[in-house]
Amino acid sequence: MIELPEEIEILKQTVRRFVEDEVEPLAYLIDEQERVPDQLVKKARDLGLFGLTIPEQYGGSGMGPLGLAVLREELGRTNMGFGSFFLLNNGIGSKGILYQGSDEQKEKYLPKLASGEMIACFALTEPDAGSDAGAIKTTAERRGDYYVINGTKQFITNGPVADVATVIVVTDKKLGAHGGISAVLVEKGARGFIQGKEEKKMGWHGSATGSLIFEDCTVPVGNLLGKPGQGFAVAMKTLAFGRLGVAATALGAAQRAFEMACDYASQRVAFGKPIAKQQFIQGMIADMATEIWAARLMVYTLAKDMEADLERNTEASMAKVFATEVAWRAADANVQIHGGMGYIREHPAERLYRDVRLLRIVEGTSEIQRIVISRKYLSNPL
Amino acid sequence: MNIIVLLKQVPDTETQIKIAPDGKSIVTDDIKWIMNPYDEFGVEEALRIKEKFGGEVTVVGLGPKRVTESIRTALAMGADKGILITDDALEGSDSLAVAKAITAAVKDLDYDLIFTGQRGIDDDMGVVGASVAELLGIPNISLGIKVEISEDQKTVTVNRPVEGQTLVIESSLPALITAQKGLNEPRYASLPGIMKAKRKPLEEKSLADLGLDASEFGTEARKVKILELTPPPERAAGKIIEGETPQEKAAELARLLHEEAKVL
Repeated sequence: MIELPEEIEILKQTVRRFVEDEVEPLAYLIDEQERVPDQLVKKARDLGLFGLTIPEQYGGSGMGPLGLAVLREELGRTNMGFGSFFLLNNGIGSKGILYQGSDEQKEKYLPKLASGEMIACFALTEPDAGSDAGAIKTTAERRGDYYVINGTKQFITNGPVADVATVIVVTDKKLGAHGGISAVLVEKGARGFIQGKEEKKMGWHGSATGSLIFEDCTVPVGNLLGKPGQGFAVAMKTLAFGRLGVAATALGAAQRAFEMACDYASQRVAFGKPIAKQQFIQGMIADMATEIWAARLMVYTLAKDMEADLERNTEASMAKVFATEVAWRAADANVQIHGGMGYIREHPAERLYRDVRLLRIVEGTSEIQRIVISRKYLSNPL
Repeated sequence: MNIIVLLKQVPDTETQIKIAPDGKSIVTDDIKWIMNPYDEFGVEEALRIKEKFGGEVTVVGLGPKRVTESIRTALAMGADKGILITDDALEGSDSLAVAKAITAAVKDLDYDLIFTGQRGIDDDMGVVGASVAELLGIPNISLGIKVEISEDQKTVTVNRPVEGQTLVIESSLPALITAQKGLNEPRYASLPGIMKAKRKPLEEKSLADLGLDASEFGTEARKVKILELTPPPERAAGKIIEGETPQEKAAELARLLHEEAKVL
C-alpha cells in the first residue's frame, strides 16, 4: 500500500464516490451520444474538479502532482471522455498561464478556469508536427501592437468548445526551437480564429477534439505568454505534468480492467466450473496484477517526487510509456476473459478497450517517450 | 444554533472482513476505513441546519489516529472544528464506555443539538447515541428521517418511520437525534473544501485530558464481552434449470421451489 497524505486520501475517496454514483451510471450514455450531459458538467463544477491544481488565491484547490495523479487514476476507471472538460483546465490548458503568465493574465483567466466558467485547450499538434514539437509551422507575426497568427492545429482536445487556447507558434523562423517558438493566448471569437468541427474518434467519446484554424487571426501583443521565444520551454514543462496525468489515467484504467476481469472470471462457468479455475485465466490475472503493481509504484513514486519539486522529466516518460502499455495489455486481457461479452458495445470492457488505446498516443507517443528516455543515457542518439 | 455530530470510523462495506486468529476480533490490516454512513447523514443534517440558522458544527470522533481522516472529511464537507478522543486505553471498549468518554468530551461544550448515526455499520449495536443522551440528561430521539427546527429555535420536530406509518415527535432543545437512512443525501466534500479542512482546528483529547480513569475503559472493563466471531456460512452453489422449452423450464422451476426449496 502506498501511503498518501490525509487530504489526498480524502480527495481519492471523494472522487471515487463521485465517479461511482454520478459518472459511471452515465458512462454508456456518454459513449453512445458522444456528449457529456450539462447536468453532469455542472456537478463537476460544483465539486471543484475544474480547479484542482489552480492555486487557492485564484479560486482553485491548489493541489500538486500527487492530487492530480489521484484524480486522474480515479477518472481512468470510468468513461475517459468525461474528464477532458476539466482536465485541460487543470493541466496543459492552465499551466502555461500559471508558469509564464503575467499577473494580469493570471487574474483574468485562472479564476474562470478554476470555476469552470471557461474551458481551456492547449494547441501544439499540427498536420505535420506533433511529437516533433520543433517542426511546427503556425506563425505569429508582430504587426504594431498585435500578433497576426496563421496556420492550422489539429487533434486539439477541447478545441471545438474551448474559450481560451494556449497556442504554440513560431515567432522567429531562423531561431526555430532555440528561441523562435512562443506561446500565445487566443480567445474564442477572436478575429480570424476558427474552431473546427468535432472529429469522430475511436474512444474518449464526450471529449471534443478538433482543429483550430488561424487565418490572419489578430490578437493583442499582451496575449503572449512570457517573453517571445519561451514557448518551447512552456510546451516542454507543461508536457511533463501531462505525462504524469496520462500515466495515472492508465493506472486507473488497468485497475478497473483487472477488477472487471477477476469478477467475471469468478462468475463465468464453463465446463462445469468458473473459468477462474483454468490455468490460462489464472496466468492472465497474475500477470495483470503484477504489472499493475509495478505501474502503481512508478506512478506514485513519480507523483511524490514531482510534488517535492524534483525534476523528473525522464521518469515521467518512463512512467507514461510503462503504465499506458500495462493498461493496454490489461484492457486486452479483460476483453479476452469476457469472450463475446467483452466485444458488446453495452459492456464497459469494450469501451475501456477503445478508450485505453489513446493513452499510448496522447501527450507524446510511446515511441517519442522512448526517444526521450534513451537521450538521457546515450550521448549522440540523433 | 450550535450542533455536535458524533462520528465513528468503520470498515468500508466493500472490504472483505477476515476474522483474526484470536476468534474475537477482525484483521484490520488493509482495511479501507470510512465515515459510518449513518453518521454522515448526521453531518449533512447539521450542515443544512447551520446554513439556515447560522452557528457552528463540531465533529467528535473516538478511536485511533486514523479517525482524523473521517473527521477531516466532515470538516471538508463544511463542519467547523473537530475533536478526536484518542487513547491506547480505549482499545476494545464497549459501547457504554465509548458513550462515557464522548459525554465527558461534549458536556461542557455549548450545543443545541447532537446528531449521530442510528448505529455503526460495523458492530450494529446502536447503543452509543441513546447512552450519550442519557448521560447528558437530554432527550433522545432515534431513527430520524426528517428534522425541522422551529422558527424560534426552541424546539425540534422529528419524523420517525414506524411500520409504514410516520411518528412525529416534538422535543425541546438541546436534544440528541440519531440519523436513519432517508434523512438526506449527504453532499460530497468539495475539492476546495478538502484544502480548507487542513486549516480547521482539530483537537486531540486523551482520557486523562477528559478527567477519566483509564481502568474503566478497554477490553478488560467491558460489560458486554465478545465470546466468538464466526463468518456467515458459505453460499451454496446455484442451480441451473435444464429444459428444452421455456414451458418445461418453468414447470421444473415450480417443482423445485415447491419440493426442494419449499417456498411455494
